Amino acid sequence: MDTLNISDKAYSSRLLVGTGKYKDLTQTREAIDASGAQIITIAVRRTNIGQSPDEPNLLDLLPPSQYTLLPNTAGCFTADEAIRTLHLARELLDGHSLVKLEVLGDLKTLYPNIVETIKAAKILVKEGFHLMVYTSDDPIVAKQLEDIGCVAIMPLASLIGSGMGILNPWNLQIIINNAKVPVIVDAGVGTASDATISMELGCDGVLMNTAIAAAKNPVLMASAMRKAVRAGREAFLAGRMTKQPYNASPSSPINNIIASSKNKAA
Amino acid sequence: MLFKMIQLIINGQLHHFDATLSVAQLLESMTLMNKRIAIERNGQIVPRSEFGEQTLVDGDQLEIVIAVGGG
Repeated sequence: MDTLNISDKAYSSRLLVGTGKYKDLTQTREAIDASGAQIITIAVRRTNIGQSPDEPNLLDLLPPSQYTLLPNTAGCFTADEAIRTLHLARELLDGHSLVKLEVLGDLKTLYPNIVETIKAAKILVKEGFHLMVYTSDDPIVAKQLEDIGCVAIMPLASLIGSGMGILNPWNLQIIINNAKVPVIVDAGVGTASDATISMELGCDGVLMNTAIAAAKNPVLMASAMRKAVRAGREAFLAGRMTKQPYNASPSSPINNIIASSKNKAA
Repeated sequence: MLFKMIQLIINGQLHHFDATLSVAQLLESMTLMNKRIAIERNGQIVPRSEFGEQTLVDGDQLEIVIAVGGG
């Protein structure tokens, strides 16, 4: 069976989804179910002191027993903040060590700070975390993160939440060609074709949040994304035809065409 | 009459308590005892197994976190 294999676990779904930006927890759950995603990201934030104790908790709706929860370090701008966040996340999820590392460079673009990302990755890998790391589409950085021991490389297609799709498929292809660990496009996916293109290039998976949550019909978009990732993966495995930009190649036979009214001879 | 009041900074806010208290007692007072939370005290994780054992003192800084939706 064609599975996504991340640190010794096999997943049938190659679509990973975030849990942010939904209307409410009910919509979150419906969209995730429609997407078929098994790996879902969560964020770690301060609890409100003195808030209603009966308020439903995300982990009640999306229990670790049913999903692989991937805590992220969204909002962290230094290696230290990311490391502290992941320590808390590991405690929150009873020692679970598969996590998403992201260290951001600025609030406006949310582009990754590569220096701090690498610094954090070195420390976290030594502490036994299994890191899926958000990075730019720089092929050298991707390889460095792999060499440090990250279990998956997650290059952005375009800015987080921008919906701009894959801006540099060439770099993405280089990263895929060089990687021995899974490459999962993370950030910038906007619609179904973006996900399909990622998979056709040879990505092992696609991670998205805004593309689904900010669609006019998130549950329908989640369903589309499920199919889009599947379609792209099958197309990749099927081996596409060669591109021929300058010469047509007819699909119907070139002989036994009936005589035209001008040429009476066979 | 002297009483020992302690100040704790919890999630960035100042809180006062009449006496030192354990982490477990703090959580009970905030109705957080049965919720899925994680705690960092002065930069170190407080394991769940130590909630009853660790006593908070004046000036302790705590981060009490939960899982929320995110990408």
